[in-house]
Amino acid sequence: MTAGPATLRAGAEALAGALPPLLADAEHLAATVILGEHGRRRAGLGVEFWQYRPATPSDEARTIDWRRSARSDIQFVREKEWQAAQSVVLWLDDSRAMAFASAPRLPTKAARARLIALAAAILLIRGGERVGLSGADVPPRRGTGQLLRLADRLTAEGGGEYGAPEAGGMAAQSRALFVSDFLGDPAPVEAALAEAADRGVRGALLQVLDPSEEAFPFDGRTIFESMGGALRFETMKAGDLRGRYRARLAERKARLAALAATAGWHYSCHHTDAPAQAALLWVYRALERVH
Amino acid sequence: MVMLGPIGFTAPLLLLGLLALPALWLLLRAVPPAPIRRRFPGVALLLGLRDDEVQAHRTPWWLLLLRMAAVAAAILGFAGPVLNPQPQRGGDGPLLILADGTWADAGDWPRRVARMEALVAEAERAGRPVAVVLLTDPPPGELPFQAASAWAPRLASLRPQPFGPDPAAMAALAARLPQTGFETWWISDGLARDGRDALLAAVQARGPVTVFESPRPLLALRPAAFAEGAVRLTVLRPAGGPAAVAEVAATGPDPAGVERELARASAAFAAGATEAVATLDLPPELRNRIGRFQIAGLRSAGAVSLADDGLKRRKVALVAGRDDREGLELLSPLFYLRNALAPVAELIEGRIEDIVLAAPDVIVLADVARLTEAETAAVRAWVQRGGLLLRFAGPRLAASDLARAEDDPLMPVRLREGGRTLGGAMSWGEPRRLRPFAESSPFFGLPVPDEVTVSSQVMAQPDPTLAERTIASLEDGTPLATRRSEGLGQVVLFHVTANAEWSSLPLSGLFVQMLERLAVSTRAAAPAAEDLAGIAWVPEKRLDAFGTIADAETMAGVPGEALAAALAQGAPSAAVPPGIYAAAERRVALNAVGAATRLAPAVWPAGVPVEGLAATAERRLKGEALALALLLLSADILAALWLSGRLRGPRAAAAVGLLALLLAVPPGRLRADEALDRLALAATRDVVLAHVLTGDPATDRLAAAGLRGLSQRLFERTSVEPGPPVGVDVERDELAFFPFLYWPVTPEQPLPSEAAVARLNRYLQTGGMILFDTRDADIAGFGGSTPAGRRLQQIARPLAIPPLEPVPADHVLTRTFYLLQDFPGRHSGQTIWVEAAPPDAEQAEGMPFRNLNDGVTPVVIGGNDWAAAWATDERGAAMAPVGRGFAGERQREIAVRFGINLIMHVLTGNYKSDQVHVPALLERLGQ
Repeated sequence: MTAGPATLRAGAEALAGALPPLLADAEHLAATVILGEHGRRRAGLGVEFWQYRPATPSDEARTIDWRRSARSDIQFVREKEWQAAQSVVLWLDDSRAMAFASAPRLPTKAARARLIALAAAILLIRGGERVGLSGADVPPRRGTGQLLRLADRLTAEGGGEYGAPEAGGMAAQSRALFVSDFLGDPAPVEAALAEAADRGVRGALLQVLDPSEEAFPFDGRTIFESMGGALRFETMKAGDLRGRYRARLAERKARLAALAATAGWHYSCHHTDAPAQAALLWVYRALERVH
Repeated sequence: MVMLGPIGFTAPLLLLGLLALPALWLLLRAVPPAPIRRRFPGVALLLGLRDDEVQAHRTPWWLLLLRMAAVAAAILGFAGPVLNPQPQRGGDGPLLILADGTWADAGDWPRRVARMEALVAEAERAGRPVAVVLLTDPPPGELPFQAASAWAPRLASLRPQPFGPDPAAMAALAARLPQTGFETWWISDGLARDGRDALLAAVQARGPVTVFESPRPLLALRPAAFAEGAVRLTVLRPAGGPAAVAEVAATGPDPAGVERELARASAAFAAGATEAVATLDLPPELRNRIGRFQIAGLRSAGAVSLADDGLKRRKVALVAGRDDREGLELLSPLFYLRNALAPVAELIEGRIEDIVLAAPDVIVLADVARLTEAETAAVRAWVQRGGLLLRFAGPRLAASDLARAEDDPLMPVRLREGGRTLGGAMSWGEPRRLRPFAESSPFFGLPVPDEVTVSSQVMAQPDPTLAERTIASLEDGTPLATRRSEGLGQVVLFHVTANAEWSSLPLSGLFVQMLERLAVSTRAAAPAAEDLAGIAWVPEKRLDAFGTIADAETMAGVPGEALAAALAQGAPSAAVPPGIYAAAERRVALNAVGAATRLAPAVWPAGVPVEGLAATAERRLKGEALALALLLLSADILAALWLSGRLRGPRAAAAVGLLALLLAVPPGRLRADEALDRLALAATRDVVLAHVLTGDPATDRLAAAGLRGLSQRLFERTSVEPGPPVGVDVERDELAFFPFLYWPVTPEQPLPSEAAVARLNRYLQTGGMILFDTRDADIAGFGGSTPAGRRLQQIARPLAIPPLEPVPADHVLTRTFYLLQDFPGRHSGQTIWVEAAPPDAEQAEGMPFRNLNDGVTPVVIGGNDWAAAWATDERGAAMAPVGRGFAGERQREIAVRFGINLIMHVLTGNYKSDQVHVPALLERLGQ
């Protein structure tokens, strides 16, 4: 390693500089969801009866157990048993393809994916779940400290043209969230989903696409190169390819949706020019849903 | 110089470069446009796709064409193209430039002068001596051959003449030509002329002749003729051609004395015809004012016809003393007058008072002895204003004592008692003949026929002034006609009757001529030579070759014979130029074109080259061609960018801007009324809620969003389907389109101007509603005054706002759509104010509500910041927080319900109040 302390420190500062905004953005995003989704039912956290306790003025009226209260002069609240939290594994595509944004005003796909994933992690950790990253780096843990670790790991740049999910690190019966553009080879995705299904892991696939990837607004003689430059494709009239490109994209989406359906997962597509809140809401619901 | 049609090239060898174009075509075709490199993650999906069109490898044909055109334009440009290169005319030796210089030249005289200048310049280059001769103004003596440079400055001062060349002068010129050879360039006016052939033969004998003629069509106007009550105008053209229409305008002073066009007629040439007739049927008052006729749009003396007496029709009133006598028609005192005047004058008859009101030119009193005082005064006043009173004697006049003792103002002379009868059975004398007219008489020059005899007359009292008042007398010197001036007019007495009882004068042609001389009548046709002869005619107006009329000033008089000759031939000359000639009361117009003139095109013998007049200037086209090449090349840049897909984003904007610059399209300027129209259209297509712009962007944005949210709720819940809300500026915009204005009041808001206040008052009075919102209910308590509240007071002070009261519990606003008790916005609780109920509003028995005021409250004033509660963004999400939790949502809902109630109140008035009374009404109708 040739990186001297100065380089290391500069890199670390740049890295740390990105963290608070990301965390703040994610917190902000998560806050809107909690506000809009007040009354979360905490499904999966245990349904067993724990105890009755007298209601205090701070308790909401609907939490009062009227059946029990009717037998007495005071109101009782029925508390449920606290159960071991579920672990949720996130996989974020960190390939170079994700570092694409078609316009300066748009975030890169990677940035949007990070934001959504971290906001989802915040929500889950607040809900008492354990959240980690797939692979062995950051195993699922609870607590706000885990958020820092997640943010730290999520801001790291990866390599490779297109990402492939890792099914490793997923505990049986846990939940998983895969965020990627899914434009690369679909075979690893299929393999990962098959493995996840084998372990009884349910989860969600979130495809993050740039609007230009959806619309293909190109024309004229063009050489398309992948972000790493490994793939290239030349066309004389890019405009003629638009229909066929979009057909292929639709086919890829349909394939992902079918794949998710067979594995009991959920699939959605998110564009970077749409608000992140809708995507976060979808992720939250998809991870929460009980089948 | 190589010529291609009208274009010559200074460097024709460069045109060989065009041969290289096909090679360039192949070369350009082989090179496809350069590709763009793009980073694009979706490339994985593209792999394996193939281009449909292989031809896209090559440059598209139209782009090739564009580039070829650019290169071709550049080559042509460098080859030095010249439009209309001037051919060099050969020849040497002296040069005679002959120009007709007639009125027919005047229409395009500047072009002729330009041609002459070009010819003189050419001769100057060749070093040839030049003589320039106008045939209408030939130089005396030798031809003035001089250096061409001496002629050049004098050409601009040459003027055409309003007449044609004189054949005699042309013959004299032919005789004066020098014997040495010279070349002749003849600038012809295109009309055949007498005596031209002789001159042509003479100059042809001296050297070659070249003729320049204008192909311009030539029109001329004959003098107006009066026929069958209408003015006939004949338009001439030299050669038959396709059917055409010429407009003829009649010009003269209007009643205010301002020269203007009085009438217009069109003359249609049939195909091949050389004459066309236009007819003008005008009331006499209008016709008498016409000064000239002119073919519209032509600038030539031939196109102008001056109007003279021939067109004027006097209004003559005839009054007889014994009109209702039964008797022979031939004995009627007015019979001969009527016959003499009817063709040439407008005759009116009637009572004197009526006649004077009709303002005739002449009043004829035939044997009228007595007029009442009033009639006398009226007629005398009329005479003094310029009328001509013409009286005839008769038995009644002779029998009366009119003008016996003293001068009568309406008689020229005093009369002696009785008359005298000559040549009757009881008298010695013969009937008397007339004495030739004296020189001072208006009848001077008229021939006196022998057969006119007078057998009876009234006698004038001898008087010192009698001699000068007599204008016609008998052989024995007794007066036949006397005249006296009275004010501006005159009184004339014929001492005989107007019928044939006393004399044979009314039976002769002399009678008509005398009437004409007195300007009682005017001639209908062209004056005969004898009418004009013997008098010196003084030019009054002068017509120049361009058809403009000027005062003749000090031009010498013309003898009548010369004028008659010119009129007869229709050929004015330098001695008798066209214009209006006057003698005493009469006016004669001599026009450039006579009544019998025919136009014929000039025919030149074969062998004489005839060229056009067009002196076209050379024009070098190099700059244009190179500019075109540059233009095409820049278009090529844009096209190439567009073709390769690089024309997007800012580049596209720049390209559009560049294109707009290239095409020099003036940018559409949005005018103020267009903006108003747009506002009106937007506001009237649907019901539109409007908010007043406060100048504070945040407030305005929130107000717009609030009305948008309210519009959406209305759309969802009611049958009111509003369009997008509009922000209005009370200073500028029309408010009448909007049923409802939301006015958020900010402390910084400028006060409306007086015009805006007037507009707002009109708006309030005509049924509009304004919701004033101070948006400060959270801090404004009871009686508290906030900055916004103070501002509202300032704004509302000049407005016509009725007395207000806090919304009563039974106000219709509480039940127009929803049943409401309070009206919260983002804040709640402060009272809101509406128009006060009338003091006599009583709650009827059995009615839940009082019968309150009709109509809509014009203002609602509150501070609950309703817009914030209504505001939604594009996705329908609320923009501003209201309250806390569920209670907040409830408050927002009530705020929306208030908004809906308010709009319903605005749109339906007190309909809901009336609904309450329906049961009572039904009961009253008598079930």
